[in-house]
Amino acid sequence: MKGTITASLLVTIVVGLTVFSCHETEVTPTGRMRIAFDNVAGTSDLTLSTSTYLNAAGESFSVTKFNYFVSNIRLRKDDGSEFVVPQDSSYFLIQEDKPASQTIALSNIPAGNYTGITFVVGVDSARSMADISKRTGVLDPALNNGMYWDWNSGYIFMKIEGTSTVAPAAQNNAFFYHIGGFGRANVKINNIRTLSLPFTGTVARVESGSIPTVSLKTDVLKIFNGSTKLSIAQNPSVMFELYSTNIADNYAQMFSYDRILTNQ
Amino acid sequence: MRLRDIPSTTQLGLVVSVLLFSMAVACQSSKSVDPTPEPPPTGGGIQYQTTPVTLRKPANFPDVVYDLSKNPLTVEGVALGKTLFYDPLLSRDTTISCGFCHQQFAGFGHSDHPLSHGIGGKFGTRNVPGLDNLAWGREFFWDGGVTSLDELPISPIQNPVEMDLKFSEALYRVQKNPRYPALFKAAFGSDTVTTARFLKAVSQFLLTMVSADSRYDKYVRKEAGGNLNPDELAGLTIFQQKCATCHATDLFTDRTYRNNGLPVGAINDQGRYTITLNEADRLKFRVPSLRNVEKTFPYMHDGRFTTLDQVLNHYTKGVKDSPTLDPALKVSEQLGIALTDTEKKQVIAFLKTLTDDTFITNRALSAN
Repeated sequence: MKGTITASLLVTIVVGLTVFSCHETEVTPTGRMRIAFDNVAGTSDLTLSTSTYLNAAGESFSVTKFNYFVSNIRLRKDDGSEFVVPQDSSYFLIQEDKPASQTIALSNIPAGNYTGITFVVGVDSARSMADISKRTGVLDPALNNGMYWDWNSGYIFMKIEGTSTVAPAAQNNAFFYHIGGFGRANVKINNIRTLSLPFTGTVARVESGSIPTVSLKTDVLKIFNGSTKLSIAQNPSVMFELYSTNIADNYAQMFSYDRILTNQ
Repeated sequence: MRLRDIPSTTQLGLVVSVLLFSMAVACQSSKSVDPTPEPPPTGGGIQYQTTPVTLRKPANFPDVVYDLSKNPLTVEGVALGKTLFYDPLLSRDTTISCGFCHQQFAGFGHSDHPLSHGIGGKFGTRNVPGLDNLAWGREFFWDGGVTSLDELPISPIQNPVEMDLKFSEALYRVQKNPRYPALFKAAFGSDTVTTARFLKAVSQFLLTMVSADSRYDKYVRKEAGGNLNPDELAGLTIFQQKCATCHATDLFTDRTYRNNGLPVGAINDQGRYTITLNEADRLKFRVPSLRNVEKTFPYMHDGRFTTLDQVLNHYTKGVKDSPTLDPALKVSEQLGIALTDTEKKQVIAFLKTLTDDTFITNRALSAN
């Protein structure tokens, strides 16, 4: 009996020390933040297949698939400093048909008031070329729902597909925009886009017991209605080609800050 | 059992050791070779033990490009890779393995097939390249579209005219197949099939495909059996003067992309341009290795030539001018390479000294 007690005590000490020996000294308190991507089409919520929308070229269309990568997130603090989300936990694939993918959680953020966010739409060249074992989860070329080109190594940054009567009958009236291209050496196009959004008029307070959710809107109409007016009839399928940079320029403008919710 | 109640000195010592050990272990970063390490199994059990393999680096070759530190070769990893390479399970209808198109006797090309011939009798748009000395490759495929050997297998497995299987489905099939858990466990210490483990195992096998024992290799390394006859020696001299600009080093490729003046075929393949979108890259293709060239017919990216005679005739009188034609094939406004009939015969005699019988009959590279 006594032996058992001694033994369990020792085990407790061993386990305790094991855990404790790696525990780094806490300097600043940290907290969490969520970013919710609300995919919309103008003033309407985006719904796959069932709704139709109108682009600036006057073409009516519906969307059957909408996915995009968000990575390399930085958060701006009210003291002017920036928190860079560690590389290994800074790649997210937002998928319209997977609601859970649309809210991302960031942790270990130093407590404070945050005034804005900066991120990359796509996957940077370093990670695109990284050892295959460093590309897991949504970066796994086999398991990321077709967001990878196997014939021309690299991720598809933004994929939108849908149908429109103006799309060719030979394509079953479907249109396809698969945009990628991380700017590898000697390649003419680079569709990496970085953008910053201020949390206009408010701050996201990160502290223990307070988890802000920053809601961003992603407007698919901006993919069509930007500095280039994308016409489905004229360009029913755009993938790895020079014209794709116009679409990347357009979708870099599709994000906007909406509001901040706390503890929801 | 009164004695047990009081810890003996031995017991105390043991406890202290365990304490110190666990503290040390707890802070260690994992240095495992496994591309997707998992926490060590609890409750003891047999530890997996791999046997290292040293990649052969022939004395007449340049430096290896592949980063072996990220995928150290092991007997178990190579064996797993070989099993995957020869497994038709990786095609949609389980008829086509990697080895179906990459035949050892043909230098791992597809003998007598101008265009790749895959699932359901479908044809691709390009000639199956031979496989050799992949550890020295920088980019892969005729257009260099794939930047890492570790990613290469995804493309033929998923290509609708090659093996036509989603890579996620390939992983799933391998996970469910009874022959694989033990092989994965032996190679990586875990029977869980992951993208990284699958691909790195295939890479390990491909990396062992070193072709460096042709008569030419023995000649340059001054080894037994390295005798070249006068025609072959004359061919070597001509080759060095007129061909080695592109087919450089003992890899017999400078690993660049060039337009060698082939008239554009019906497929209208723009080659490297499809990857870079640079006008200057139109009609350019990777300079292929010439190792085992006697066995890797047909030739060119679309397999349009079946004999080495035809290839040399192209270079002497078939080169077509175009804005991206390689400057080496248009010297002083003269198209092509000047070779007499005797010189052509001598060059071909030399090219046949690049046949590596040791390589194409090596049992370690064969299907079992």
